[in-house]
Amino acid sequence: MTKNSPSSNSPLVRLQSEIFDPAKEYNQFLKQNTGAGGAAICFTGLVRSNPDNPIVKLTLEHYPALAQRQLEKFANIAFERFKLQNISLIHRYGAMAVGEPIVQVMTISAHRQAAFDGANYIMDWLKTDAPFWKIEQSAKGKNWVENKTCDENAKDKWKQE
Amino acid sequence: MKILYFAWIKERLNRSQDDLEVPKNINNVNELMAWLSSNDEQIKLAFENKELIRVAVDEELVEHDFDITNAKTIAFFPPMTGG
Repeated sequence: MTKNSPSSNSPLVRLQSEIFDPAKEYNQFLKQNTGAGGAAICFTGLVRSNPDNPIVKLTLEHYPALAQRQLEKFANIAFERFKLQNISLIHRYGAMAVGEPIVQVMTISAHRQAAFDGANYIMDWLKTDAPFWKIEQSAKGKNWVENKTCDENAKDKWKQE
Repeated sequence: MKILYFAWIKERLNRSQDDLEVPKNINNVNELMAWLSSNDEQIKLAFENKELIRVAVDEELVEHDFDITNAKTIAFFPPMTGG
């Protein structure tokens, strides 16, 4: 079994209101590769509009202390479970416009499956268990986004026997 | 005990927190919700569908039967919609 050396990376979690540059973040992440990483994944979640009711603004309310804690928890579990070389996770809060990035998860591992699984695991868990709440603003007014059953079910696939 | 409210619960109550002296016989989240509801009509309405209420005790997500005897902060919020 490979053990992470003391100099190996540990998951990095960043909560911020400012917009970030997805490509720049990914390049920086890739530069941290110690050489052991052979497969890197970058997932970016974007503010989506609704063709039937165009979104003017999206606001994410959050519970700062618990959000940081939950994101770190999911990143640490994914890091251990999928034996990743490195993880970086950025999640925004506050006001944002359509098309802007909300969340980005980056993973790197020796082989591709672990990198895919790690990123997928983190996204599935943070959808339902990280304290963020979306408000969509459209011409019709303000609306709290409701949670989806498919999101609630998505994390079930990670339950271990 | 500090009680925090988020998202539409906060909006409906028109405040983000309460600092309350909770009676000693309130032992878990369920009992706290019932006690808060009995003292505040707006909370009663917000908590009407308990399925929609998520709870964190001292920054840990818990179920409604969680023991709160030594808790300092309890947060109530709707299902989360991040990512």
